[in-house]
Parts: sequence; C-alpha cells; structure tokens
Amino acid sequence: MGYINLVFEEVYKILFLLVPVLVSVAMIVWLDRRVWAFVQKRQGPNVVGPFGLLQSLADALKYIFKEIIIPASSNKIIFVLAPIITMTLALIAWAVIPFGEDQVLANINVGILYIFAVSSLGVYGIVMGGWASNSKYPFLGSIRSAAQMVSYEVSIGIIIINVLLCVGSLNLSDIVLAQQNIWFIIPLFPMFVIFFISSLAETNRPPFDLPEAEAELVAGYQTEYSGMMYAMFWLGEYANILLMCALGSILFLGGWLSPVDLYPFNLIPGAVWLILKILLLFFLFALVKAVVPRYRYDQLMRLGWKIFLPLSLTYVVLTASYLFYFNLLPTI
Amino acid sequence: MAAHAIFFYFFSIVAVISAIMVTVSKNTVHSVFFLILDFISISCLFIMIGAEFLGMIMLIVYVGAVAVLFLFVVMMLNVAQQQNQWFNSKENSGHIPIGLIISTIIFFELIIVVGGWKYKPELSKQNNTQLSNEISNTHSLGQVLYTDYIHVFQISGMILLVAMIGAIVLTFRQRAGVKTQSYINQISRERSEGIEVLEVPSNIGVKIDD
Repeated sequence: MGYINLVFEEVYKILFLLVPVLVSVAMIVWLDRRVWAFVQKRQGPNVVGPFGLLQSLADALKYIFKEIIIPASSNKIIFVLAPIITMTLALIAWAVIPFGEDQVLANINVGILYIFAVSSLGVYGIVMGGWASNSKYPFLGSIRSAAQMVSYEVSIGIIIINVLLCVGSLNLSDIVLAQQNIWFIIPLFPMFVIFFISSLAETNRPPFDLPEAEAELVAGYQTEYSGMMYAMFWLGEYANILLMCALGSILFLGGWLSPVDLYPFNLIPGAVWLILKILLLFFLFALVKAVVPRYRYDQLMRLGWKIFLPLSLTYVVLTASYLFYFNLLPTI
Repeated sequence: MAAHAIFFYFFSIVAVISAIMVTVSKNTVHSVFFLILDFISISCLFIMIGAEFLGMIMLIVYVGAVAVLFLFVVMMLNVAQQQNQWFNSKENSGHIPIGLIISTIIFFELIIVVGGWKYKPELSKQNNTQLSNEISNTHSLGQVLYTDYIHVFQISGMILLVAMIGAIVLTFRQRAGVKTQSYINQISRERSEGIEVLEVPSNIGVKIDD
C-alpha cells in the first residue's frame, strides 16, 4: 500500500507543477502578442475576457475542434510522434527547477546537465517533424533549425561552465544558494548578455527565427501540421522559452532569492521572486521580437561560431584565473 | 528493489531491441532514430547504476550532437528511398570483406574482455583510487581526471583535435570567383571612396565608365 501512496503523492506533485506551467504558457502567449502590439502602436488581443486575457483559451478551443490532417505521403508514425516529443521534452525539464529552498520536484545532483541534455534533445522534435512531412519547406526549415540549435548549444554550454566554476556544484539549488552574496549577473555580465542572445537562438525566437521564416519557408517545420498537433508544437515552443527564462534567472539573477535581504522583502515567498524574474526575462524576449529585424543565415552561423564561442571560452579562462589567483575557488 | 529490477530489464530490452533494429530496418533514417533510442536507454542504464554524470554526458554528446550530425548526413544523402538491395544485387560490394574483418576483431575483443572478467575477476578490481560516498561522483571524477589521469586526458584531447583538423583539411576547398562579404571593408568605407561630386554640363551629361 505504501508504494501506491508514494506513486499517488508523486503524481499529485507533478500535477501541481505541470498545470501552472501549462496555464502560464497560455498566459505568456497573450503577453507576448500584447507587448509586440504595443511596440507597434496596436492594441493586440483585447476582446476575449478582461484585457483579452482569455484569448489563448479561445485559440486552444479552436485548435481542438480543427481536423488533424496527415499528409498522404508522409511518414505517419514519425509525423505524429514529432509534436508529442517536442511537448514532452519541454515539460519534463521543469522537474528540476527549484522554486524555493527544498521546493523542487527532483533535487538531483546533475540538475543543470539534465536541463542541458533535455534541451539538446528538443531538436529531434523539429527534425522529425520536418523530415516526416516529406515536403520541401518543412525539410529545409528543420535542417536550418538543427544546425542553429547545435551551434548555439555550444556557447550555452561554455557559459554554464563559467557559472559552475563559481559554484562548484551541478545542483540547481546549490547554484542559487551560491548567489546569496552577489548575483552572478554582476561579475559575469558579458556572459549574461551572450546567454540571453543564445537562448533566443536556441528557442528559435526572432531575430533568429529562420526555421520558420514566413517570407522564405511558409512556416518551416510546422507547415504540414494542423489542429491539435500544431497546438502541441506551439505549446512546446513557448514552454521551452519559459524554461530558458527560468534557467537564465537561476544562473544569473539569483533564482528564488530576493533582491534585497531586508525585512519586508523577506516575507515574500521565493516562488514569487522567481516568477517575477522569469517574467522580466520574458518581457525582454518579447521586446526583442518587436524591435530587431531577422538575421541572415550565414550571419547567424558567424555570430555563433566566430564571436560567441571565442568570447565565452576567453571568459572561462578569465574566470578560472581570477578565482585561482585570489583563492576563491569553491571547496566541495 | 522490484521497481529497480523492472526498470533495469525494461531499459535493457529496449536497448537490445533498438540495437537490432538499427541493423535490420530498411529505412536509413529509421536506423538513426533507433540508434538514438539505443543511446537514450543506455544512458538510463548508466543513471540507474549511479553514474549520473556519465549518463547525462552521454545524452548531451551522443544524442544531442553526434546523432544530429548522423541524421543530417543521412537525410542529405537521400538514402531513405534506398531499399534493402545489399544482398539482392548482382554486383559484388567491396564493403563486405572490410565489415567482416572489423566485426571479427570486435567479436574477439569482446571475448577477451568478458573472458577476463569472468575467469580472472581480480584483474578488474585493481584500482588505486579512493572512492568515498561523501562526495558526488561528478566531484570524484573531477578529482582523478585532472590529477592522476591528466596525461591520458590530454592525449585523448589531442587525438580528437587531430581528427577534427584532418576532417577540415579533407573537405576544405578554395573555389575561385566566389563573392564573400567582408565586414571590415564594409565598415571601413569612407565617404570619399563612395561618392564623387561631378560638374554636369547641361545637354551633354557625363559618361561614367566602370
């Protein structure tokens, strides 16, 4: 019986994490469209519900009632699997995100590597979708996306090494607790900027949204998808964006820690601070979408391999030498 | 413990079946997908024996990078439509003897490893590293990798570097007449180079030769 109870308890915990994540994904889509509209002096979605808050719900209902069309010449099993994989991978990474001290679903030793591994698996959803559609535009889009995500993962990995040098642990809770004196955004500010830009490229956001550049490729890998399967791609994409924002706020902005360790701010629970930081980063994501034009593909590759990679490698050497020279290396 | 056994057998069976499917399946892209499934289940087995760092690195390096490049090459070559005509075709393939030789070598290596482990178990117990349960295995790996095994580590890094340079040299070719964008030239253009002010006589115009 004890075993069954344990399973139920875990399922309850997982639901308590997943349902808020899914609801916030829907809200974040509304926020994204709204910010984008305000920059362009439009209103954005403002009809369904107060301030248009229920717009995503209406969209989701529409997707559910649309017919799912599977192209006759497609590879059907892989075609159906691709959006499922994208969605699942975007959601399972949330298991290790800490919302406060001991408020984490799975407090594993290698939390940061787990997130990195899951986000590097995310490319398969896109590649499988593009290949299984058996059509030119999706295929080109998925090939672009694979090359882009693999390139920018390298620089994200090296930026993570910078943070790990200062922490001495791969556990996400330890990374947050190591920032009690100073948030890593201050000593590692250049790395934060590079991390932000790389996570734009990693999640296929503008100005790096070449896999779905509508002027050249219709909608990239999503072209042949319809109904609920399209909605799953779309939910997975935004869940990934939220995840990258959460990762950025844990690595550089002190996670659940409050900005000032003084009396009235201490009372606010850590989860609220984390959510505020995620929202701040997402607001930057939405602003970038509105103000920056799209990159050309060779410029994108040049930025990743010839600028970000050497810069972040140099910063690893700098950080390591600084920590070694001033005897600041973390002890186990 | 029962749950542990169930998960172990599940991942092992998936690993073996997908390894067989890699060689059996007719579509090359499907083979690569089964290879990825194989990598994932092997890394789950790594995590189950407590080597979580190795398991995660396996996922990041093999599944996240190497297999993507495999998939890339296989998709680009368009061998997906190629049916299993390997043994049916009349013309003799030159690859079969090489494959046989390599697989024989690997087979005997496996026999040596498994036999040594089975009949001389004291050979595999000779490790002079102190393992403590106090620290995580990432820390203990770091402690021996950069101290006791630094030379092996550096040599393997050099081998990888040489392989990478070799691949670049083999595929690099310079083509004549390719227009490339030079950022330095674009930024360092002066007004005097780009614009010329001319006195244009009326009814005659100017002729610009370029």
